[in-house]
Amino acid sequence: MSKPTDGTGAATRGPGRPTQHPFHTAPSRAHTHRRGPLRRALTRSRAWLPGLLLVSPSILLIGVFVYGMIGWNTQLALSDKHAPVQDGSFVGLTNFAELWQEARWPAAVLNAVVFTVVFVGGALLLGWLLGLLLDKGIRGEAVFRTLFLAPMAVSFIATGVVWRWLMNPAPAERATGLNALFVHLKLDFLVNDWWTAPNLGMAAMALPAIWQLSGYIMALFLAGFRGVPEDLREAARVDGCSEWGVYWRVVMPQLRPVMLSAVIILGHMSLKVFDLIIAVAGQQIVADVPAVYMWAMVFEVRDPAKGAAIASYLLVAVAVFVIPYLVWTVRKERSEGR
Amino acid sequence: MSQSAPERVIAPGGGVAGTTRRGQVVKFLVLFALAALFLLPMYVLAVTGFKPFDEATAARAWLLPKNWSLQGWAAAWSALAPGLWNSVLMAVPSAVISAVLGSMNGYVLARWRFPGADTVFTLFLFGMFIPYQAVMIPLQQMMVDADLMGGLFPLILAHTVYGIPICTLIFRNYYASIPQTLIEAARVDGAGLLRTYASVVLPVSAPAFAVTLIWQFTSAWNDFLFAVFLTGPNSWPVTVQLNNVAGSMVVPYNQQMAAAVLASLPTLIIYLVLGRYFMRGLMAGALKG
Amino acid sequence: MVGIDHPGRGMLMRSRWWAAAAAGLSLTLVASGCGNGEDSDAQVEVFSWWTGGGEEAGLNALIEVFEEENEGVEFVNAAVAGGSGTNAQAVLEGRLQSQDPPDSFQGHAGASLQDYIEAGYLAPLDDFFDEQGLHDALPEQLVDQISYEDSVYSVPVNIHRSNVLWFNPSVLEEAGVDEAPETLEDLVQALEAVDSETDAIPMAVGAQWTVDHLLESILLGSLGPDAYNALWEPGADWNTPEVTEALEIFEEVMSHTQEESAAEDWQEASRRVFEGEAAFNIMGDWAAGYFDELEAVPEEDYDWAPSPGTDGTYMWLSDSFTLPEGAPHEEQALAWLELVAGQEGQDVFNPLKGSIPAREDADPENYADSPYLEAALQEWQDGPELAGSFWHGVTVGNRWKNDIDTAVGLYLQNQDLDELNTALHEAAQTE
Repeated sequence: MSKPTDGTGAATRGPGRPTQHPFHTAPSRAHTHRRGPLRRALTRSRAWLPGLLLVSPSILLIGVFVYGMIGWNTQLALSDKHAPVQDGSFVGLTNFAELWQEARWPAAVLNAVVFTVVFVGGALLLGWLLGLLLDKGIRGEAVFRTLFLAPMAVSFIATGVVWRWLMNPAPAERATGLNALFVHLKLDFLVNDWWTAPNLGMAAMALPAIWQLSGYIMALFLAGFRGVPEDLREAARVDGCSEWGVYWRVVMPQLRPVMLSAVIILGHMSLKVFDLIIAVAGQQIVADVPAVYMWAMVFEVRDPAKGAAIASYLLVAVAVFVIPYLVWTVRKERSEGR
Repeated sequence: MSQSAPERVIAPGGGVAGTTRRGQVVKFLVLFALAALFLLPMYVLAVTGFKPFDEATAARAWLLPKNWSLQGWAAAWSALAPGLWNSVLMAVPSAVISAVLGSMNGYVLARWRFPGADTVFTLFLFGMFIPYQAVMIPLQQMMVDADLMGGLFPLILAHTVYGIPICTLIFRNYYASIPQTLIEAARVDGAGLLRTYASVVLPVSAPAFAVTLIWQFTSAWNDFLFAVFLTGPNSWPVTVQLNNVAGSMVVPYNQQMAAAVLASLPTLIIYLVLGRYFMRGLMAGALKG
Repeated sequence: MVGIDHPGRGMLMRSRWWAAAAAGLSLTLVASGCGNGEDSDAQVEVFSWWTGGGEEAGLNALIEVFEEENEGVEFVNAAVAGGSGTNAQAVLEGRLQSQDPPDSFQGHAGASLQDYIEAGYLAPLDDFFDEQGLHDALPEQLVDQISYEDSVYSVPVNIHRSNVLWFNPSVLEEAGVDEAPETLEDLVQALEAVDSETDAIPMAVGAQWTVDHLLESILLGSLGPDAYNALWEPGADWNTPEVTEALEIFEEVMSHTQEESAAEDWQEASRRVFEGEAAFNIMGDWAAGYFDELEAVPEEDYDWAPSPGTDGTYMWLSDSFTLPEGAPHEEQALAWLELVAGQEGQDVFNPLKGSIPAREDADPENYADSPYLEAALQEWQDGPELAGSFWHGVTVGNRWKNDIDTAVGLYLQNQDLDELNTALHEAAQTE
């Protein structure tokens, strides 16, 4: 950061230069010096303006459909518009505070946290394992790869009922689904309540999500593993590292970017999870999460302000995932001097 | 079991270090077991589709049909057929347009930066995280006010707009791996923004396009929420029809599961056929961060 | 240098590129043009959540009659499915708020339409009721219970009964229970007998909403119709010994249900009765249609009775159609309402749907195929006492209903009956 080269570089490129040495600019730009800095800025803008123009349609769309909506939502969340026909006036953070006084909301938040931790952790772990198993060019790799990726292609509207069947919590004597499989395999101790267990049941709810996304994480890791230059690995081997050692000391550190983008993608899916829960559990308190609660408030109870407050919490929660990612990206790019 | 692997790791001369044969066998066994687990839900889906109504229950989920029946498939097909073409008409343009916009954005944000480009990128990224249920009513209102309701256009617009962030992210990361010198060289030659894009950037973009197109197509195809809110009965895509299969008080699980398989076939086929390119795109740097 | 041979390729790339982009765009235009098509005047768009089974068959039969009687009018069937109409309700909510209403939509008659009425989304149908003579054709108490500030806003096409006890005769026999329990005390005894004498689940329930459904039948059975109906006055007192007693019975009954219920729906619960895995199930009379589909034999594979303590009372819910304010094709919408209000329409629809007509002048002949419907119609035409189902939106609006559902859901988690009672009381006060 404070390396001398950076310092001098900044000084020579910095904005101070033109004003300090107005008459010593390069000959090619001499003709501009009398028109002053504005003109120069215009000239320079010729370099980047087309770029901005090319991006501007997207900026416009995102501005309206993302930030316009966020603004609209925030305004609602800060109002007392508790029915679609009311006008609503500003009430500050009342809606945000009131949620915490309920029994339902904290439980929904806890469920979402449990789900997120298990889903993100589980998908990373399983994806990593699958990537590891396939890394060494095993026979039939393409078949396995496709198979593990396939669940990504299926929506939860399609698979929700199957998962509800599989995760039926009936006790051993009338077990169905996976419990029946456990009984059949004489693994009775595995028979469990799945997602219907209070408190930590949401961990089971993460299973279908892990099933769907771990193939994708596998693909990311596989791509990452193969992006590590072989000579790096070779060097570690020469240093006497075991193959595991090579993975842990050489390959994994190289994969930090992969991990990070995997976490951000999984994390944002996790917070928005809605289809899956509705498909497997419907609207039940035992599997309640903020997104489902919001749906009930917006479309059933018709309480726009409360629904918007929940949506705002979701957006804030998302920042927990995005901000570290962005900080990291920018820092990395700076250090690479891009 | 696999402890032998670390001991004899160095396959002489092998760039790809081989493990022992026992290690290989263990690996295969683990892979097969995992593959079987991954296929369990698919198995239940397919097998239930072939059952008659009264056999299609949770209790018989594992069993093969006693009486094989095509009734579920036939009913599912007739329910879904009207939506299939709508889905194609909706998912293809959504994927193409958002990929194109994403590519241009990614190129500019990575390689032709303007002041504040990082801020714009950051603001774009946040767009990925908007909870759609929260914006559905104003979005619908907006489309009604603009008199756009009725066709597929609102749906395409929504998928395109909300696809821009992730497409931009993918392309930006991907283009970050193109050496700046290549672009500088083109610039020195006097190539402008679009020409550099067309001559230097686009020719190497295929892998990233594969990733974004597959990703966007899949998510547009599988989306239900936008579909049901932003279109009318004449342009409902296949997910709405799929949802409607379960629409009776009594749910015909055989039809529902057959319909689920049918509705997922196009995306499954895309993964089967284009999965290689998807992998190649990921390996080439898209989405690596 | 590099640039010299590149521009050519670049141009080529670019032109190919723009071709692709243009193709994409034109595809968009084609696509968007395609659904926007003829917005002909002679159409009627009817919104419902009937997309499958008997509901769909009934709706299709109605559509057929409608198209015969209204030649040249295109019928747009905007049915959206969703568990108990949840998706449908959300879509409808969006359309109404965006001032893009269908010409008529289905809803459960009663308080569930109250929010729409208060928001000014619905046109009153008092004149229509007078013209069609509906005040005479429908039971007085029914019209009373669907009125909001002395006006009616929807046309009931059918009646479903919520308080039905379904049971498996062989399981009862095995447990030594001679006949269907008539009171809640009998029920509790029967449940205990099934528990000790058989391997069957005494009372099958399903996901959370079926527990709400069970609760309303127990409240009615314990309190009687008058006290039950009084519970739904805003500000009603739920902190009474009577309600507490009813809730204690509810808890007792719940202790005889299966632990995996959350992962099942009413369909699985009813099926358990049919297969002899369970003795009892309290569910609406749509279960009869399901038993028919399973080709179950009444009185052998299954049997029914009014849920304990509710004999002589019909806890009803009704599918009804409305006229939204600002409906684009009001004239055609009224023609549709005329059809669903009339005897012919109701007799075409209900045997297929598996419900009975709301009108009292229906022809029993049409229902003779189904032993359940035949008996139900008989009872309806005899003029039973009426109580509205809260879960199905007759007596409470959506906020109150959601509050109760949340309280019941929390009870299923923590088993705290006092808390449930308090929450139910508070829900009544905030209305």
